[in-house]
This record gives sequence, structure tokens and C-alpha cells, in this order.
Amino acid sequence: MIRFLIKGLYYDKSRSRLPIIVVAIGVMLAVFLNAYITGFMGETVELNARFVNGHVKVMTKAYAENEGQLPNDLALTEVTALKKELSERFPELDWAARIQFGGLLDVSDEYGETRSQGPTTGMGIDLLTSESKEIERLNIIESIVRGRMVQQQGEALLAEEFSRKLGVNPGDEITLISTTMHGSMSMHNFKMVGTLSFGTEALDRGSIIVDIEDAQIALDMYDAAGVLLGLFDTGFYDDERALKITETFNADMDNEDEYAPVMRSLTQEPSMGQLVGVMEIWSVYIIAVFIVAMALVLWNAGLLGGLRRYGEFGVRLAMGEGKNHLYRTLIYESVFIGFVGAILGTALGLFAASLLQGDGIDITGMMEGSAMMYPSAIRTRITPTDYYIGFIPGLLSTIVGTMLAGLGIYKRKTSQLFKELES
Amino acid sequence: MKFAIAIIFAFTLLPLHAQPTADQILERVDRNLSSDNRIFESTMTIHGTRSSRTLTSRTHAVGDKRSFTEYLSPPREEGTKMLKLEEQLWIYSPSTDRTIQISGHMLRQSVMGSDLSYEDMMDDRKLTETYNAVVIDSEVLDDRKTWILELTAKEESLAYASRKIWVDTERYVPLKEELYAKSGKLLKRAVMSDVVQIDGRWFPKTILYKDMLKQGGDGTEFSITDIRFNENIPDYIFSKAALKQ
Repeated sequence: MIRFLIKGLYYDKSRSRLPIIVVAIGVMLAVFLNAYITGFMGETVELNARFVNGHVKVMTKAYAENEGQLPNDLALTEVTALKKELSERFPELDWAARIQFGGLLDVSDEYGETRSQGPTTGMGIDLLTSESKEIERLNIIESIVRGRMVQQQGEALLAEEFSRKLGVNPGDEITLISTTMHGSMSMHNFKMVGTLSFGTEALDRGSIIVDIEDAQIALDMYDAAGVLLGLFDTGFYDDERALKITETFNADMDNEDEYAPVMRSLTQEPSMGQLVGVMEIWSVYIIAVFIVAMALVLWNAGLLGGLRRYGEFGVRLAMGEGKNHLYRTLIYESVFIGFVGAILGTALGLFAASLLQGDGIDITGMMEGSAMMYPSAIRTRITPTDYYIGFIPGLLSTIVGTMLAGLGIYKRKTSQLFKELES
Repeated sequence: MKFAIAIIFAFTLLPLHAQPTADQILERVDRNLSSDNRIFESTMTIHGTRSSRTLTSRTHAVGDKRSFTEYLSPPREEGTKMLKLEEQLWIYSPSTDRTIQISGHMLRQSVMGSDLSYEDMMDDRKLTETYNAVVIDSEVLDDRKTWILELTAKEESLAYASRKIWVDTERYVPLKEELYAKSGKLLKRAVMSDVVQIDGRWFPKTILYKDMLKQGGDGTEFSITDIRFNENIPDYIFSKAALKQ
């Protein structure tokens, strides 16, 4: 019978063409959007993890409450000992101390007077010790546009766009005017040795990167750091493990002391938690939307098909085929249609996603002024899920659509059939 | 009878003469606090939430337009100099050998992490020139009788739209001061103590400032360890060239 149904679908194109096209388009969109969400949002999450939040982050309770202000006066102290303790307790994470700071970058003329000046957001990271993975993690070497990497203390890297705005070139001296951990004004000279472009608006706008020891000297933060980031050795965020580690660490901490260290997982960060949450449920939403939308279209296509095949159903019923059997064969037909449509749609969706997997679409202009860190291009990421995710809406929508449209069969009255056929 | 009336009349007028007007009080306060020039050494102890730090400095000031401060300790701040000329302020940092002009919103930032802003440091003008005063009450503070004066700014550009000062009724020095924003929000509180007489004028040698908007910390204690009035201060001190010397 299956062969018979397939033959019917193959030779009577009007039965299968439109539903297959509808299913293929819907599945293609579902597959592409899933690859887009995995790619763009996943990249956003990992980018924020690598640059700002880590997979887990340790800071003082007071710092956590005012994190947006980069309050280095509330920074962690005795960081070396704390980092050692964390490495021993949680060896699956690589720990890195970071200092983020705000301030002004001042460039002097030949007389020592201000030639140009601009607001900056700086980052002090471990650039000089051999065991540090920070350079690789932040992709610094590949991001250098002009000049070279920091090789010794007192050197700094500047965002390419920012350096052009200030009119400084590798080899020039720049002065950082900021605030120390104790609230004093601080001035510190750096030799700008290279420029960077991370391809992220929030970073490329006005950032300076210096070695963490230089940041500690400039900001009077001896053995102190704003945060200690922990990143899984695998390089990917594992929410379950991160939450477990966070819970274990926080259970041992003093809740009364506002300077006691606290740990937060990536999803516990207000902005990132929302993003990861959205990412997790978004695929479900997409599938649900496509099932409903395609089922409606296919319901209508089924109704039209039912009208066209009104005579055929009448003859089949008149010949003694049961209504249930007829209804079932229609559903079997829809399964084939859904299957073929899903295969076609998945192939098209994967093809479209593969086109955006490399360079992607440049969205730098759209991200101007964005406080959150987004990748500069929309890139898709094809994962194993994309190979089967389209079959769920593809098959379900055709089956549901046919089930709704086919209900008309049960309204046919055997006594009226011949009269209908005669007319 | 005439004598009796005269006595009664005199006693009736006495309280009026005993309390001078707000302007007179303010003038006497200015006379104590302002001088043609002064050289003083001071310590500034900043009581932060996690620790306290003490800075020492030497200041030369002429009138309310020119001042030059050099930080003497701790080592991190040693050699940092500030020059105020009219409405302009420059800071010299010896570690960078750079002189930076502080202007705009930066003037409202804290000086060395203290409860004082650069604007506070620059504000040396006489109270009679900048504020209208009214006596609103009296109070006893640390066994000293004080008048409470409410001061309203004569100019929009002043850092504080209004002030409340508690002036010692005998020595004419403020013993407490509250500084308010235009909205009426209390921004800073200062408590003066250790009042001494130097060259015929009363002067509070210690002032405890508290920035009410700053979370935590017990304020900044500013103490004058040595002060000399009307000394000869050479003009070259008040030049940008002197910052690098």
C-alpha cells in the first residue's frame, strides 16, 4: 500500500507539489534560524565569557553589587593566594586575574601640553607570564593591526580606531589618567606598541590593554584585582557544572563581610543569564511557530486538495473503503510529503547557513553605542541538531494540517454519494 | 524717672546689640579665615572603608586667586603638585612628568580619594562675596554657643547652592557646616575643631569632612600642622614652570 501511495503522490503532482514546497520553505527557515541562533548568540556568550564574565567570576560582594561602575576600590585583595586556592579546589577551570578600569588617555605635544585626549576603558590582563592563556583566549596576536605585542612592562596596546582618533602611532607615549583603588587621581605613562581590532564595537571604541602588573602599579592595586575569571579547559560553557562550582564556593564564604569573595556563574550575570536563557528556549519557539504556521497553510492546502479530490474520495467510499482507512491513507501520504519536504528544506537550510558560516554579515554599524559585547558579524554555526531539527516541524505540520483537513471525510454520507457523483 | 526710663531703654536695646546681623557675622568669619597670603603645612587623613591613608602637603596661597600645593608624603604622592590660578587648576605628576589641567566635570572629582573635591580646594572666596546670609537659629555645640546661619548663593556657578553654618558666638569661627545642592540635598558636612588663635585671628586647625554621597568611610580629617599668615611669597611659585621644579 505504501508503494501505491508513493506512486500516487509521484504521478499526481498536484497532490504533493504545494505541500512539499511549503514544508521545504518552513523547514529551511527553521534550520537556518537555529544555525543563526547557535552561531550568533553562542558567539556572543563566548565572547562575553572570554572578555568580561568568564565561565565563572570571583569578586567581592560589594564589587558584584556595583559591577557596572568598575569599582576598583571594592576590588579583591591578596589575589595571588586566592588564585592558588581556586586552582587547587577547581582544577577544571583556568583562573585569570583581570582589572578593568575607566579613565582618560592623554597624548602630549612636544611641550608636554595635551595634544589630544579621549575617554578609555582599559583592561589589565596577564600578558607577560609564560603560563598565561590570556593572549590566546582573547585572540590578541591575530587582532593586532599595527605594531607588535606587549613584550615588557610599561607597554600598551590601543584599539586601532581609538589610536587613529587620538593621532598616536606605535612607539608614541600615552598617559593614562585614572583613579587609584584608593580614589586618588593617577597618572601613568605607557609606550603604545601596537593597535588592535577585535571586531567588537564595545571593545574597539576606546580600549587600552596593558599587563596586569602595570595596571596594578598605575591604579595602586598591589596584589589586588577587580575580578578573577575562571574558564573551563574545554573552552565551552557548561551551565550545570558552573552552577555546582559556584554553589560549592559560595557555601564556604562569609555572608556578612562585604569584601568577602563571591562567585557567579555566567548565567548568574544579569545580562548574560537572560541571553543564555533566550538561547535555550529560542529553538523551541522557532519550531513551535513553524509548526503552527505551516500547519495552518497545509490545512488550507489539504482543504483545497480535499475539494479537488472530492470525487475520488466519494468513489473510494462508494466502493466500500472505510472512512478510517481513507483518513489513515491521507495521513500516510502526509508523512511522505513531510519527510520529502523536510529533507529538501534541511538541505536548503544547511546550504544557506553554510554561506554565513565563514565571514558572515557585517553588523558593525548596527552595534554602535552598544554597551554589551556583540560579535561584529552575524555568523551561523552548523551543529548536529541542524540535521534533524527541521523534521519536527516538517512532519508535525503536515500531519496536523492533513488531520484537520481530512476531518471532512467523516461528514460524507454514504447514502448521498451516488447522488453527489451523478451531479 | 528719666534715668529709670533710660536704663529700661538701654536694657531693651541690649539684646539687639548683642546679636550682630548675619552679614556682620559673616564678615567677622571672613576676617578670621581669609588672609592676604598664607603658607601652611597640613595632613589629610582619609578614612576609607578598608583602610586609612595620611597625606601631607605644603600650600602657598595668595588671596583667593592663587595657590600652590605640593604633596610631601606618602612616597606614591610625593612631588605631586597643584597650581591654582584664578579659575584654572593644573596638576603635575612627577612619575609621568606631565602637567594636566583639571576642568569641567573633573573638578567635581575627589582629591586624592578624599571627601574633598578639586572644586572645594579651589573655593577660597570670601563668604560675604558669594553668599547672602540669614541667622535662622542658635545652638550649643560642644559647650560653645553658636548662631546658625543659612547662606544662599549669589551666583549660579557656585558649587553649593546653599550652606548652613554654625558660627561660634564669641570667636566667630564656623564649628560646623553643611553644604547643599540646588535640590536641597545635603552633599557634604564639615565639623571644625581645635580652634586656636594665630596672629590675632581664630582659626580651626582641624576639619572633618564627610561627603554624604560617598558610601562607607568615616570622612576625611584635614589638619593644619603649621600656618603662617602674611609672609613674603615670591611670584614665580605661582607659575606652571614651578610645577616641574
